[in-house]
Amino acid sequence: MSDRVLIESNLDPATAIYDSVLPAGEGWIHEVKKGQTFRIVDLGGNQAADTLFYNARDFSERYSALDTLNEQGNIYLTTGSRLMSNLGNELMVITADTCGRHDTLGGACAAESNQVRYSIDKRYMHSCRNSFTMALASWGVSKRDMTSNVNFFMNVPVTPAGKLTFEDGISEAGKYVEMKATMDVAVVISNCPQLNNPCNAYNPTPVRLLVWGIDVP
Amino acid sequence: MAPDTLLFEEELRGGASFAHVLKRGTALQITDNEGGANVPITFFNFELLVERYNMPDTLKGQHTAHLTKGHCIYSDMGRVLCSIIDDTVGWHDPIGAHSTDESVKAKYGEHSYQEFRNDWYTSTRQNFLRELAKFNMDRRDLQAQINFFSKVQVDDDGRMKFIPGNSKAGDSVTLRAEMNTLLIIDTNPHPLDPSPVYKPKPVHLRFHRVDPPAAGDLCRNSCPENTRGFINSERYFL
Repeated sequence: MSDRVLIESNLDPATAIYDSVLPAGEGWIHEVKKGQTFRIVDLGGNQAADTLFYNARDFSERYSALDTLNEQGNIYLTTGSRLMSNLGNELMVITADTCGRHDTLGGACAAESNQVRYSIDKRYMHSCRNSFTMALASWGVSKRDMTSNVNFFMNVPVTPAGKLTFEDGISEAGKYVEMKATMDVAVVISNCPQLNNPCNAYNPTPVRLLVWGIDVP
Repeated sequence: MAPDTLLFEEELRGGASFAHVLKRGTALQITDNEGGANVPITFFNFELLVERYNMPDTLKGQHTAHLTKGHCIYSDMGRVLCSIIDDTVGWHDPIGAHSTDESVKAKYGEHSYQEFRNDWYTSTRQNFLRELAKFNMDRRDLQAQINFFSKVQVDDDGRMKFIPGNSKAGDSVTLRAEMNTLLIIDTNPHPLDPSPVYKPKPVHLRFHRVDPPAAGDLCRNSCPENTRGFINSERYFL
């Protein structure tokens, strides 16, 4: 793997207007206003923060993984990546990243995909799409609007031979990714509860979520 | 052996779209007439349109970022919508995007209907949205597509590169329906195709009957994940 470029932020958590810890297995929905900065901190290391983005005023405009990759011509997200909507607008831009690589091809685990990937009897296990479904439903948004997500802190390389692999994580405790909202954005997170995959060492851990106002230097 | 009874055939010109419900027990063979075709297709469970092709589930379940013979096309409900039972190309692209009116105009300029009649420039997005509207769907329902006949290679730094010449004249791919699957098919160029000339290629569509997948079926057995995906699809019809 090539060297990753790590960019730190100078924002001070003490000046954040929102600061909370999201335990593993829980969902979250929150509006990040235009100009505000949003940070996700991997508290335990190699935790997948599965994240969806919507235009907060019109949920039919939403994050598009393929349009985002097409725009930057690269499958990995890091500082400078513009998170694009299905209408060709920038929702967020990543402004700092101390992990260096995030995935948007691996999607979110679901009861049904766990059955396919691991075993038919895994249907009962908690999953990201369960958390997405309920977080979206709390704002009156249905499965029809659920789309492909970003997996912050996940390492899912594609090889030149066209293999998709889930590699050991490259994040660690305290690593973070930070992004600035280009419009009013509804952010939906499932802090991944996956217990069948070594990417998080079979140990889902909390993430810290912070928002800074537009007037913070 | 498969009876391979022909149902019907159709030529799909470049830059055009087509919607068809591919029923269980039938298959679609798509042939690249001239070479260099790009055929974006998106997939829905016709009986429950909110169940649709899921790109990540398709890729991670089969540990692949390209699709070919033996691979399955998954819905977001853990079921196989279609399987690829034959392929002379070897690589179909699931990670590239599809063109939009804006991207076509920026790359190729404008060719209006007024001036060029049915040789005007179209885009995959516009064609998809129009076909979806006929099924009472809109942009909320439009997710990823597979770009059949195209190849996008990813290097060690994650850079995506369109590989020209992936498909030759006469190459074909065959999709078998494992569920009654609404296919929305388009023939616009791949957005990463570096060619500065708008020249969408025609393809030949051949719909025919096939035997149900046997116990020893290639797609069913190409990996343990697909064996389980077939179980989910077959349980849906019990």
